[in-house]
Amino acid sequence: MSPIAIGGRTRSVDREAWALRIALTLMLAIMAAAILLPLWSILSKSVEDRAGAFVGLANYAQFFGTPALAQSIANSLFVAGLTTLIVVPLAFVYAYALTRTCMPAKGLMAGIALIPILSPSMLPAIALIYLFGNQGMIRELLFGETIYGPIGIVMGQVFYCFPHAMLILTTALSLADARLYEAAAALGTPRRRVFLTVTLPSAKYGLVSAAFVVFTLVMTDFGIPVVIGGRFNVLAIDVYKQVMGQQNFQMGAVVAVVLIIPALASFVVDRVVQRRQVALLGARSVPLVPQPQPARDWAMLGFCAVVGAIILGILATAVFASLVRLWPYNLSLGWSNYVFEDFDSDGWSSYFNSLRMAAATAVFGTLFVFVGAYLVEKGKGAGWARQVFHLVAMVPLAVPGLVLGLAYVFFFNAPDNPLGGLYGTMALLTICTVAHFYTVAHLTATTALKQMDPEFESVSASLQVPFWRTFLRVTVPVCLPAIVNIAIYLFVNAMTTVSAVIFIYTAHTKLASVAIVNMNDSGAIAAAAAMAVVITATSAGVKLVETLVSRVVLRRSQRWRAR
Amino acid sequence: MNKVAAGLVSAAVLALAQGALAKTQLTVYTALENEQLRPYKSAFEAANPDVEIVWVRDSTGIVTARLLAEKANPRADVIMGVAVTSLILFENEGMIEPYAPKGVEALRPAFRDGKNPPAWVGMDAYMSAVCYNTVEGQKRGIPEPKSWADLLKPVYRGQVVMPNPASSGTGFLSVSGWLQSKGEAEGWKFMDGLHQNMAVYTHSGSAPCVQAARGEYVVGISFEYRAAQEKTKGAPISVILPSEGVGWDLEAAAIHKGTKNLAAAKKLMDWVVTKEANTLFNNYFGVVAYPGVTKEVANYPKDAEAKMIKNDFAFSAKNREKILAEWTKRYDGKSAPRK
Repeated sequence: MSPIAIGGRTRSVDREAWALRIALTLMLAIMAAAILLPLWSILSKSVEDRAGAFVGLANYAQFFGTPALAQSIANSLFVAGLTTLIVVPLAFVYAYALTRTCMPAKGLMAGIALIPILSPSMLPAIALIYLFGNQGMIRELLFGETIYGPIGIVMGQVFYCFPHAMLILTTALSLADARLYEAAAALGTPRRRVFLTVTLPSAKYGLVSAAFVVFTLVMTDFGIPVVIGGRFNVLAIDVYKQVMGQQNFQMGAVVAVVLIIPALASFVVDRVVQRRQVALLGARSVPLVPQPQPARDWAMLGFCAVVGAIILGILATAVFASLVRLWPYNLSLGWSNYVFEDFDSDGWSSYFNSLRMAAATAVFGTLFVFVGAYLVEKGKGAGWARQVFHLVAMVPLAVPGLVLGLAYVFFFNAPDNPLGGLYGTMALLTICTVAHFYTVAHLTATTALKQMDPEFESVSASLQVPFWRTFLRVTVPVCLPAIVNIAIYLFVNAMTTVSAVIFIYTAHTKLASVAIVNMNDSGAIAAAAAMAVVITATSAGVKLVETLVSRVVLRRSQRWRAR
Repeated sequence: MNKVAAGLVSAAVLALAQGALAKTQLTVYTALENEQLRPYKSAFEAANPDVEIVWVRDSTGIVTARLLAEKANPRADVIMGVAVTSLILFENEGMIEPYAPKGVEALRPAFRDGKNPPAWVGMDAYMSAVCYNTVEGQKRGIPEPKSWADLLKPVYRGQVVMPNPASSGTGFLSVSGWLQSKGEAEGWKFMDGLHQNMAVYTHSGSAPCVQAARGEYVVGISFEYRAAQEKTKGAPISVILPSEGVGWDLEAAAIHKGTKNLAAAKKLMDWVVTKEANTLFNNYFGVVAYPGVTKEVANYPKDAEAKMIKNDFAFSAKNREKILAEWTKRYDGKSAPRK
């Protein structure tokens, strides 16, 4: 290369290409260290015996020879499928109401819908037992069926997955080109047809993502079935039994490998759908401003109010549980369950550790996730590397938390690992949490980026503006709502996560979510509910502050969208 | 002479000062209950001012999984208050540094490893127990069970819960106890009958008793410590050790091989076998390792020691996988529908 001869223009393009390549390589290396290598360190155990010798597929043969296995697989698919069928339509209507109608009290409804994501999974589990258990307040509604089984699992999972789906769908529906709707109106297209031919297709990518996120979340979560699943076996419980009950990492790894299959399937579908996805937000597009339609708006408010009331009811039950002295025999109320020192040796200090960890996760995680998604979506060249990055980003969703946690122990605690210094630090807890929740954050970022017309990049390239300037001046401000969503998503999940971090926290970095599990396990259910309520209140507070702040900021950064 | 004495004195002062400044931090992995951590720590540190205990506490399953996962590069100095069945597992993995604490001979023989030096020393015993909710029992006309055999009666159908032994050490404790005390054939036959009455197999060892305490079910098969705790908190339950005898396990302590704080670890092991330490254990457990330390524990079953079956830890350890495979085949999930 002879830069002088070629001239200024090519040189700057070259420099950009190199910068992109270096950034992508660096990010891929970090992804490898945080996700792939740790997972390899445990999944490779699926072809080893207990002594660590290579045994080929013997463990798989043993696993698939277990008679109860077919039932576990069928059960997992059943609850995951049913939950997806319930959650995605509910979340779609809810997201539609929030983005495309003039329903009153939108802010309030958006806030209420987030409550499940703000709560540790123990909260719905405890609340469901108080409501529908054998001593439950409204157990008659089950008509004699037991809550301990598929009914309880699906109820808990619907509650837990709803906001995940709603966030993705809100992002998908919030960017729309008003010109399409104006054209439809000018042509006199009936509303139903507009919905089917304009609205639904534009949200297709979001719908597919939401369905897979929900499906995979249910497949891999063991927190809810372990408490409320009764004798209903699912694959995630099989991992739990192998690893926690029998310390059989090899068989646990086998089940974990089986669980990754849905994620790979989702990657394939994702690529197929995406090939057909067109950019929705062209440089010339005009944001859709919903017009009032009183009948529809009030109907939507009614729908959202019912969903919201159920969510609030579950939260209220947990608050009640945290105040009762000895349920159901002594119903006097008091604050004694909030004196955590009486139930857990770390008392309130684990709560403050959680705050620190969640803040770090939100800041560093968002930075990494968004830059990564940008490189995947808007980067030029190195196509295969971008594909690999995207594939790696899909993996964490499919990995049960306890597998990820153990993977971190095996990998970062290995005596010859140069990163071993991280072991036992808050930094590792943060990295682990970002890795654990990477997929949904990544999908949110790519969904937002996909909807931006590549013209923005083309124009800036032809104006010889380096991509990083376009990134900072155009991409980041346009995607600011999504970026804020990602930060909040990471923060609240860091506050509630248990399954991975329970293996890598130390005496000095114990988290509130871990304390909840410990207290619940030692029979201090009310104190566990109390800590769950404190976490929910904290995350809700953070969300509230964010809403107020971003209202001001977004008004400025998104003003260009309005006509 | 004076100079030597002065030198010795200053050296001693220096050593003391250093000791005060640089306490050895001893990382202890444990499954002890939260409420026990502070009393044990402060008593030990009062006797050994140069050592500070740093607890890493979790349930037995998690602590055991974590220790095995960290095997290549151990972080724990001492494992204390963990089931002896787990410690035997660690011993077989070569993770234990055998050590004979000063005065270990004083402990009851069943409460320490038979080898010399012993790999582990016991602290206290915990055992299967039945929690029976008196309020719900009366309401539904379900009598208090006195024996394991009682639980086979049709009146208990759908009212009994126990931990799944594949998920919970407490569950395995009960199963192993039945197989040992009744013999294998009779033991399985008993469990076949019990399965008919079982509402749910839980994944936590505490859950059955906690559920009985909340009236979710009338009878919960759990362990006696949790039972006594629930009763003390005011739950309307009675704590029963069935008349045929109960399976049990020990909470024990051992030094992790490769610890960088071996001297401090030995101090903790020396403390664990003292009468003082056992007196503390006796605040929570009725049966402890040191003979003659038998203070009554609130709401704790009276006849605990007599009800403990002749227990062979080697049998449990050796046959665990086989027993769990058989148990899973017979009772787990829907593959074994009830008649």
